Amino acid sequence: MESIVSIDNITKQYAGGFQALKGVSLDIRKGEILALLGPNGAGKTTLISIICGIVNPSSGSVTVNGFDIIRDFRRTRSMIGLVPQELTTDAFETVWSTVTFSRGLYGKPPNPAYIEKVLKDLSLWDKKDSMMMMLSGGMKRRVLIAKALSHEPTVLFLDEPTAGVDVELRKDMWRLVDQLRDSGVTIILTTHYIEEAEEIADRIGVISQGELILVEEKAELMAKLGKRQLTLDLDRPIDALPTSLQAHALELTSDGKQIIYTYNSRENSTITALLEDLRYAQITVHDLHTRETSLEEIFVELVHGR
Amino acid sequence: MNFYAVKAIYKFEMARTFRTLLQSVVSPVISTSLYFVVFGAAIGSRIEEVGGISYGAFLVPGLIMLSLLTQSISNASFGIYFPRFTGTIYEVLSAPVAMPEIVLGYVGAAATKSTMLGLIILATASLFVPLEVRHPLLMLFFLILTAVSFSLFGFIIGIWADNFEKLQLIPMLVVMPLVFLGGSFYSIDMLPPTWQTVTLFNPVLYLVSGFRYSFYEISDVSLAVSIGMIVVFLTICLSVVWWIFKTGWRLKS
Repeated sequence: MESIVSIDNITKQYAGGFQALKGVSLDIRKGEILALLGPNGAGKTTLISIICGIVNPSSGSVTVNGFDIIRDFRRTRSMIGLVPQELTTDAFETVWSTVTFSRGLYGKPPNPAYIEKVLKDLSLWDKKDSMMMMLSGGMKRRVLIAKALSHEPTVLFLDEPTAGVDVELRKDMWRLVDQLRDSGVTIILTTHYIEEAEEIADRIGVISQGELILVEEKAELMAKLGKRQLTLDLDRPIDALPTSLQAHALELTSDGKQIIYTYNSRENSTITALLEDLRYAQITVHDLHTRETSLEEIFVELVHGR
Repeated sequence: MNFYAVKAIYKFEMARTFRTLLQSVVSPVISTSLYFVVFGAAIGSRIEEVGGISYGAFLVPGLIMLSLLTQSISNASFGIYFPRFTGTIYEVLSAPVAMPEIVLGYVGAAATKSTMLGLIILATASLFVPLEVRHPLLMLFFLILTAVSFSLFGFIIGIWADNFEKLQLIPMLVVMPLVFLGGSFYSIDMLPPTWQTVTLFNPVLYLVSGFRYSFYEISDVSLAVSIGMIVVFLTICLSVVWWIFKTGWRLKS
C-alpha cells in the first residue's frame, strides 16, 4: 500500500542530553489507522511533534506525501491536523472563533458551511458561541479535534485523544475516527487504552525508550504474539509429566497441581487429543479454565521483556 | 505568502483588544488625561513656555510617545507570550506559516493597536490644549515607525520571558525610566550640561525629539539623527527576530 508519511532514521537529543528518539524509521500507509503504543516518556509525542514541525529533529528525515517536512513545510503542514495531548485552548475565545482561526492559520479561505459541519459532527454546534473557559474538559477535547479538522487535513495525529474523556465521548470519538478513515484520512493515534487500539487500529507500533520495537498489522500481531492458555487443575499432584504427553506443549507447575497448555489462538488446538492422552496416562482433572493474552499483555511483554 | 494565516493572527489579536477595551484603550486615555491635569494644568501653569510653545502643548508629543512605547511593548509581548504560556503556540508552530508571516500578524496587530491609541491620545490632548501638527505625514511616519519598532521589541521580550515577572521587567525597569528621562516632559536645554550629555545616550530622546519636531518644528537633536536612530533600532529588532525564528530559540526544542 502507498505510504503517506515516511520517517527515515529520525533521532532527537534534547539540549539536556536526553535522547528521546534513537533512529526511528516508519512508513505510515495512506488511509490506515496506526496506533502508537508506548509507556510515558517513550518518545511518541516527540515523534509526532517532529512530523508536525513543533520539535526539530537532531538527524534523519520525514516526508509527507513525498514532500520533506523542512524544505516543503507549507505543503506538508497543510496536509496535517494535530490534536495535542494537553488541553491547550484560548480561554476567552468562542468555539466558533477558535475553530475559524485554525482554518485561517492553515491557509484555507473561510468556509462557514464546512466549520458548521465539523461542529455538528462533534456535537459542538449548540456550543459554538460559548467561550472556551465555560466548556468541560470533554468539550474542550472535542474543540481541539474540530480545530485539527478545520483545514480538511489528509493526515490526522491524535495524541492521547481519549485521556480524561468519559465513555460516551470516547465512543463518539472513535465513531468519528471511523468516519474519517472512511473518507480517506490517515490517522495516527497514541493511546494508553490498549483495548481501544486493539479495537480500532489497522496496525500497531510499539515505541519504547526512543526506539520503535515493532510495527505489525493488528491481526498479525495478535496471531503472532497472542496466545491462549488452558490450565488443568489436577485431582492429585504429580511429580513429572509422563512421556506420553511430550507431544503437547505442556508445563507442570512447581507444586505439581496444575498442567498449563499453551497454544496459538489462531490455529486449531489439540485439546481433544490432549484430554484423551491425559485419560490414558490416568491423570484426572477436576477443573479447567482458559484465558487469552490481551494486547496489553503483549505490549507489557514487549516493553519490559527488553 | 500565507495571507489567510496573517489575517487570522491579526484578527485574533485585534479581537483581544476590543474584548479588553477598558484595559487596552480607556485606561491609557484616562492616565494620559491625568498627566495633562497634573503636569499641564497644575505644574505647567508655573512653567514658562518651552521653545515658544506652551508647556501643555509641549507635553503632547512626549505623552503620546510614552503611551506608544509602553503599549507597543506590552501588546506585542503579551500577544506572543500568552500562547506560549497556555501552550496554544503549538498551533502556530505546526501551521504552514513562515517567520515573516507570524511577525506580520502579531507585530502588525500590536503596532495597529498602539498607533490607534496614539491617535486617540492626540484627540484627547486636543481637548486640553490648542494643538497644531505642522507636518502631519511626518508625524504619522514617526508614529507608525515607532509603533512597529517597539512592537518588534515587545515581541522579542514576549519570546524571551518565561514568566509574567520577566514580561514586566524590561517595560517597567528599562523602558519607563528611559521614556521619563528621554525628554518627554522637558527639553534637554532645561538640564545641567552634564545631564544633557548623559541624556544623549538615551535612544528615546531621539524618538521624542523627532516626533515633537513634526508638531512644532522644535527638537533637541536633528531630524535626520532621530530618523537614523529609529531605523537602527528597527534593524536590530528585525535581526534578533530573524535569529529567533532561525534557531527556534525559546519556541522549538
